[in-house]
Amino acid sequence: MKLELREITKKFGSFAANRNVSLTVEPGEIHCLLGENGAGKSTLMNVLYGLYQPTSGEILVDDLAVEFNGPSDALDCGIGMVHQHFMLVPVFTVAENVALGSESLKGASLDLETTRSKIREISDQYGFAVDPDAVVEDLPVGVQQRVEIIKALVRDAELLILDEPTAVLTPKETDELLAIMRQLKENGTSIVFISHKLREVREVSDVITVIRRGEVVGSVSPQATPGELAAMMVGREVSLSVTKAEAQAGEEALVVSDLTVVGSNGVTLLENLNLSVAKGEILAVAGVQGNGQVEFAEALLGLRKASGSIRLEGKELVGRSVRQVLEAGVGFVPEDRSTDGLVGPFSVAENLVLDLYKDPRFRSGLSLRKRAIAANAEERIAEFDIRTGSANAHAATLSGGNQQKIVIARELSRPLKLFLASQPTRGVDVGSVEFIHERIVAERDSGVPVIIVSTELDEVYALADRIAVFFHGRLMGIVGPDTPREILGQMMAGATEDEVRATPPPDGDGGPQPPAASQRDAGPSGDDPIHHDGRAVPNAPWEEQA
Amino acid sequence: MTTPTTDTPTVNAAEDLETDGPRWIGSALQPVLAIIAALLLGGVLIAATDERVMRATGYFFSRPTDTFAAAWRAASSAYEAMFYGAVFNPSGDTFTRQIYPLTETLTVATPLIFAGLGVAIAFRAGLFNIGAQGQILIGATLAAYVGFAWSMPLPLHLLLVIVAGVIGGGIWGGFVGLLKARTGAHEVIVTIMLNYIAANLLAYLLTRPAFLREGSTNPLSPPVAETAQFPLLLGPPFRLHWGFLLAIAATVFMWWVLNRSTIGFEIRAVGSNPRAAKTAGINVTKGFVVVMVMAGGFAGLAGVAQISGTEGSLSAGVAASFGFDAITVALLGRSTPLGTFLAGLLYGGFRAGAVTMQTMTGTNVDIVLVVQSLIVLFIALPPLFSAARRKRSSGAKGAAPSPSASAEGATSDGTSADAADTAQEGTGAEGPASTTPGGTKEARA
Repeated sequence: MKLELREITKKFGSFAANRNVSLTVEPGEIHCLLGENGAGKSTLMNVLYGLYQPTSGEILVDDLAVEFNGPSDALDCGIGMVHQHFMLVPVFTVAENVALGSESLKGASLDLETTRSKIREISDQYGFAVDPDAVVEDLPVGVQQRVEIIKALVRDAELLILDEPTAVLTPKETDELLAIMRQLKENGTSIVFISHKLREVREVSDVITVIRRGEVVGSVSPQATPGELAAMMVGREVSLSVTKAEAQAGEEALVVSDLTVVGSNGVTLLENLNLSVAKGEILAVAGVQGNGQVEFAEALLGLRKASGSIRLEGKELVGRSVRQVLEAGVGFVPEDRSTDGLVGPFSVAENLVLDLYKDPRFRSGLSLRKRAIAANAEERIAEFDIRTGSANAHAATLSGGNQQKIVIARELSRPLKLFLASQPTRGVDVGSVEFIHERIVAERDSGVPVIIVSTELDEVYALADRIAVFFHGRLMGIVGPDTPREILGQMMAGATEDEVRATPPPDGDGGPQPPAASQRDAGPSGDDPIHHDGRAVPNAPWEEQA
Repeated sequence: MTTPTTDTPTVNAAEDLETDGPRWIGSALQPVLAIIAALLLGGVLIAATDERVMRATGYFFSRPTDTFAAAWRAASSAYEAMFYGAVFNPSGDTFTRQIYPLTETLTVATPLIFAGLGVAIAFRAGLFNIGAQGQILIGATLAAYVGFAWSMPLPLHLLLVIVAGVIGGGIWGGFVGLLKARTGAHEVIVTIMLNYIAANLLAYLLTRPAFLREGSTNPLSPPVAETAQFPLLLGPPFRLHWGFLLAIAATVFMWWVLNRSTIGFEIRAVGSNPRAAKTAGINVTKGFVVVMVMAGGFAGLAGVAQISGTEGSLSAGVAASFGFDAITVALLGRSTPLGTFLAGLLYGGFRAGAVTMQTMTGTNVDIVLVVQSLIVLFIALPPLFSAARRKRSSGAKGAAPSPSASAEGATSDGTSADAADTAQEGTGAEGPASTTPGGTKEARA
């Protein structure tokens, strides 16, 4: 089906999340919506899916104006959406989930047989390999996503909206998804693909529409270079890589041995973890979301009970309170800044001392030294270029990138013995990514051991001096920064380093059955910088981050 | 709002609508509107229950103006009488008599302010302290014991009575914090139960010789010594005592604690985002204990104000319903020290004026209770209003509300709206409130 958005404007109060956005999705086209976080992509899609009503403008389906007052209206018109966070009932089977909301009845009882056969049909057609009777929570994330797609297809969706679908996938799963998208396209399904990852976008899209600050900047073909696309997204030229010197690794500072974390339900979340970080090096922890990275960070900080040992310069951290760990010189940037890193209703100035208010600089006795706190705020705001109306503005009113700068500014504003940052640039605009990466490298160069936890491989490659790969709470190995992408991808999917090396996959370039990852490495234009000089040069560290 | 590239434009947009003027106007406007709306509705009720109005409605269709005139007269004279009883009585023959009502309001407001601060500070830490009643009782019990059983010179004795009241309330409140910190017990349940325990403990103590007035079989303690009482602020006949100045001091103290001290920083952080507080190394469970001790301490001062200020001895009814009114006072004051202070004055005025109203116009004193309850309801309503406003602003008719939109409504109204919701849940109030808990859940989801 053909979909047209005409001059869509969506205002929240005086703030326009979308301004005069027009775009056309031709039948059987993969149309990518590219833009930074907060550019208005999701708002636009929520308008299209009937979750929001546009302030002005109209939606045309097959040249007929339509009005959506809710997702069911959109579904009736053949528009389906796969949300970034899946809308599935974990304890239901695939068939039950697919039937949910449009259950067919046999007498008074539920008729799942029709749904089952439909699922099998679609599953066979696209090679989904989804068992209708499997319980959703037992399925890998990639398969759960296919269930979402099936849900839309069963309802005869002719246009699929995929909202950041690759955020939760391993590189291999990502490639499988891209293949599915191509197949859907061949069968005439139109796809609106929302992403900020330039690699995927260029690989699969027919048309790319770039959105910045709620407005369409332009439409380009996927042949555009990453640099051009990034410049369009940000509105200025951006530096494409982190410039960093060779690490001057010193003595071992952090030694983690036999670290085990068991969850409250008895499930082992982290098993016998052994690793060490030296002064002046960056250890990147890579892995797909939910493989124990969060637990590792929380155990280190004392937020979670753990057994084993974490020694920072010989001092045991396991069993200490969070305050003691912070006082031991650990700087921590949590993965989710809005829930763990900031107090939203607090001012920027207060957030900048959230874990420092007991420092003699900022208090005397029980009394806070407001003037010192304000002065500190002015200093940090200037130093870290935090864009805020004033130091007294509520932190919640700042953009994601600026919120993240608050957290990082706070953590780097005291002498550290270890810097641990989880997803330091998630949801951060490209301009801030450059800045944050520079600060992290600067911290390393000042001799501080740094741990970066990131699910974005590009960020891992951009920053890492060594890479530790987590899978299901276990360490699959620690490898050098020049490890090829496909090996890392296999380790992230559960192979140890030895296993990967022992059974070398057919060599990337044009083997008979190249694994998906290496296919990607070769790239559509074959100009991927990785492998060229045997060292992984991050081709576009910013590209995951927009 | 400061920059258009924000992750959550919806939330910011809601704030946009609210912060057209200075921030305090936005936050004060809602309670003021609630009060006005409650008074108007109360006026309708006064008119509806007035005998003359009823008679006039008997011939409504022949002379409808009679009904309206009678209704206006009934409502306005009732409120006028309330004003005379609460603020200024122009018919008094001396100046003393004329301003007597105002001093009476301040006197009654004193325990309300103390207890209101106790509820408010707990709110700020995200705790719903409905145990002020019990904390007042225990504070009053200890204060009274020190007051009548010990004998000491004036400043020292009074000081010890005050300390005893703070300790009594603090123990009773701290116990709640301790249970919550150690076992995760919900403070609402615990405080409700402790209210009963406190009331029954007091009833029991008043049967024991140590607490019984000599030669009396009534459950009434001996009068506290002169040296244990607050000196009168203006002298007789005014009842206004130094406890009111202590209430002002307590208000300032709470402001300092919240805004200028490290403890307040922790309390507010825990109340606004416990996870971030924990990650920043703040001991959340310890914070619960500290804030509940302080909350109980404030409430205990209300007990002291009763014992050493107006009552002079311990009885089962020493706390009246101050502990429960305090919840409303804190809500109305948006849990800020100044707001709570002002709300305490208002409620003091209601209490003082209600009596005069009844004697002058025959309007039932319970109408004041109705007005007070209406205020709470109107404060709890705004989440509904903002949800409605969102619908209107999005220009949709019958649109499916998105979850984020409802969350926006609730979050934009800040903590006190949230607290109001909780209040309704906790006290089991009926009516419009029954719709708000759902909103709360959504907002927190």
